[in-house]
Amino acid sequence: MRSTPDSSIGLADDRDDAAGDRDSRVARDTFVRRTIGAIALLAAVGLGALLSLAVGTKPIAWGTVFDALASHDASSSDHVIVRELRLPRTLLGVAVGVALGAAGALMQGVTRNPLAGPGILGVNAGAAFAVVSGIWWLGTSNVLVLAWFAFAGAAVASVVVYLLGTAGRGGATPVRLALAGAALSALLGAWTSAVVLLDQQTLDAFRFWAVGSLEGRDDDVAWHVAPIIAVGLLLAFGVARQLNAVALGDDTARALGTRIGTTRTMSLVAVTLLCGGAVAVAGPIGFVGLVVPHVARAWFGPDQRWLLPTSALLGAALLLFCDTLGRVAARPSEIQVGIMTAAIGGPAFIILVRRARMAQL
Amino acid sequence: MVCLVVAAVIIAVGMYSISVGDAPVPVSDVIATLLGDPTADSEFIVGTLRLPRALTAIGVGAAFGMSGAIFQSLARNPLGSPDIIGFNAGAALGAVGTIVVWGGSSLQVSIGALAGGLSTALAVYVLAWKRGLEASRLVLVGIGAGFSISAVNSYLITRADISDVQRATVWLTGSLNGRGWDEVRIIAVALAVLAPLAIVMQRSLDRLDLGDDTAAALGVRVGRAKLGLVLVGVGLAALGVAAAGPVAFVAFVAGPLARRITKTPGACVVPAAFVGALVTVTADLGARRVLAPTELPVGVMTAAVGAPYLLWLLTRQSRTGAL
Repeated sequence: MRSTPDSSIGLADDRDDAAGDRDSRVARDTFVRRTIGAIALLAAVGLGALLSLAVGTKPIAWGTVFDALASHDASSSDHVIVRELRLPRTLLGVAVGVALGAAGALMQGVTRNPLAGPGILGVNAGAAFAVVSGIWWLGTSNVLVLAWFAFAGAAVASVVVYLLGTAGRGGATPVRLALAGAALSALLGAWTSAVVLLDQQTLDAFRFWAVGSLEGRDDDVAWHVAPIIAVGLLLAFGVARQLNAVALGDDTARALGTRIGTTRTMSLVAVTLLCGGAVAVAGPIGFVGLVVPHVARAWFGPDQRWLLPTSALLGAALLLFCDTLGRVAARPSEIQVGIMTAAIGGPAFIILVRRARMAQL
Repeated sequence: MVCLVVAAVIIAVGMYSISVGDAPVPVSDVIATLLGDPTADSEFIVGTLRLPRALTAIGVGAAFGMSGAIFQSLARNPLGSPDIIGFNAGAALGAVGTIVVWGGSSLQVSIGALAGGLSTALAVYVLAWKRGLEASRLVLVGIGAGFSISAVNSYLITRADISDVQRATVWLTGSLNGRGWDEVRIIAVALAVLAPLAIVMQRSLDRLDLGDDTAAALGVRVGRAKLGLVLVGVGLAALGVAAAGPVAFVAFVAGPLARRITKTPGACVVPAAFVGALVTVTADLGARRVLAPTELPVGVMTAAVGAPYLLWLLTRQSRTGAL
C-alpha cells in the first residue's frame, strides 16, 4: 500500500537538521498546494453558478443576468427566468452538490471503505422505497410531498441500518455497517421493484424520479431542505478532526483519546441529514457521493479537515456544470443531472485513476 | 459437512417447490417421477415445467454464489461482486439496449447481455492494468465504468416506451419464468467446466488474501492467478446472467453467509455455491407463490430471503470471525 507523501504525522525525533528543513518545506509545499486547490474549487463553483444562470434552453446575455440579480425588473421575461427559475435551481444545485460531496467523504471516512458511498447507509433505497409507496398509495406527483416522503424514508432507513449495525456484541464495525446497509438496501429495493413491476403507472412516474434531476423544483422545496443540509454540514465539520484519528484504526484512535462511538454516531447523523436532504430535492444521484471524495483525496490528501470542505465544493461544481450541460446537450429537451454527472464524470474518473497516485483510505 | 446439510435443504426446498403450484403434485409423485416412474399428469408438470425451472434456479444460484465469493476475496472488500469489474452494468446495458432499441427476442436479449457484460469486463480489466493488477485500482476503475454505463442505461429508460421499460425492468430484476431444459443443458455444461476451475483456484485465492508479496513468496504467480480468477468469476456471472438476468443480491449475500455458517475466514467458494443455490431456489418458490397466480421475477424475492438472514447473523455474531 502506498503512503501519501503529504502525511502530516512525521517521526522527527532522530532526524538531523537537514531532514527537519526538508520536512517543513514539504509541509509548506503541501499547504500551498492545498490552498491553490481550494481557491480553484471556489472559482469553479462561482463559474458554474454563473453559467447555470446564463445558459439554458433560452440563452441569456451576461449583462442581463447581472441586471436581473442587481435590479430585478418583473416585467422583463429574461429577468423572470433568471430570478424565478434559474436562481433557485442553481442554489439547489449548490446545496445538493455540497451535501453529497461532504456526505461521501464522511461515509468513506467512517467505514474506511472506498466502495461506500453515502447510499450504503440505505439512504437512497429508503428514499426510493418511500417515494414509490407515496406514488402508489396516494397517486401524488407533488414534488414537495414526494420530497418529504423521500426524506422520511431516507432517515428511517439509515436509523435502522445504524441500529442493525450496532446491535450485538462488538458494536458498530465498519464492515458490519456496510453489510447491514447493503442488505437493508436490497430488501427495500426488492419492495420497490415489486411495486413498479406490478403497477405500470408507478413505474412510469418512478423512472424519472430515479435518475436524479433538478428540473422543476421550486424554491419552496429549497426552503424546506436548506436548513436540514446546513445542520448536516455543521455536524460534519465538527467531527472532521476525530475522523482523522478513526482513520488510524479503532485501537489507535482510542489510545489518542477519541470517543469512537460518538464520532461514528455523529458522522452517521450528519450523513443522514445531508443525503436525506439531497435525495429529497433531486432524487438519487449516486455518482457524486461515491466518486468526488476519491478525486478530492487525490489532490488534498486524506486529512478530513481539508477533504470534507473540498469534497463539498467539488460536488457543487460538478453538479452545476453537469446540470447546465444537460440543459443544452439534447435541446429542446433536457438530460437529467443524475445521468450527466455519471456520463461525464465516469470516464474522467477512470482517466484520473490511471494517471494519479490515488491516496489510500 | 455444512455443504451436505445445505445440499439436503436445497433438495427438500426444491422438491416442495416442484410439488406446489396452481396444479399441486404430491411430493410422493414428484419423487416417483424423478425416479422414472411418472403418472400421466406429473410427467408434464414436473418433467417439462417445474423440474427444469428448479434446476435452473440451483445452477444460477450456484454460479452467482461462487462468482461473488471470488470477487469479494479478490477485491478484499465485502461489498465486492461481479459489479466491481463492471460486468453487471455492461450486461444490463446490453439487455436494455436490445429491448429498447431493437425490441429483440429473449434469446437476443441474453446474447446482448453477454456481449455487453463481457466487453465491459474486458475494458475494465484493461483500463485497470498498469504494471500489474492492483485490487484498489480495479475497484475504482470498475466504479467509474459502472456509473458511466448506468448513465446510458438510465437515459434509455427515461426515453423509451413504457411497455419496453417494463420488460427491461423485469429482465433487470432477474427472472426464471418459463425456463426449460435448453437453459438447464447450457448451465450444466458451463458449470461442469467452470466450477472445477473455481475449486482448483481456491488455493491461490487463499494465498492472495495474504497480500500479493506473500502470495508470490508462497509460489503463486500473482498476475496469472488474478487473471484466471477474474476470468472464472466473470464466466460464472455471465452464465447466471444469460440464464436468468442479473438476479439481485445472490452474488453479494452468498459469500458472507457461507463464511458465517462455516465459521471459516477467507473465501469459501464451494459453500458459497451451495448457499447461493439455496437462496435462489427458496426465492423462486416465494416468487411463484407469494402473489399466486401472478409470478413475480425471482430477483424480487432473493433479497427478501437472503437479507433478513444476513441481518440476523450480523446482530448475533461478535466481531471476531466476521471477515
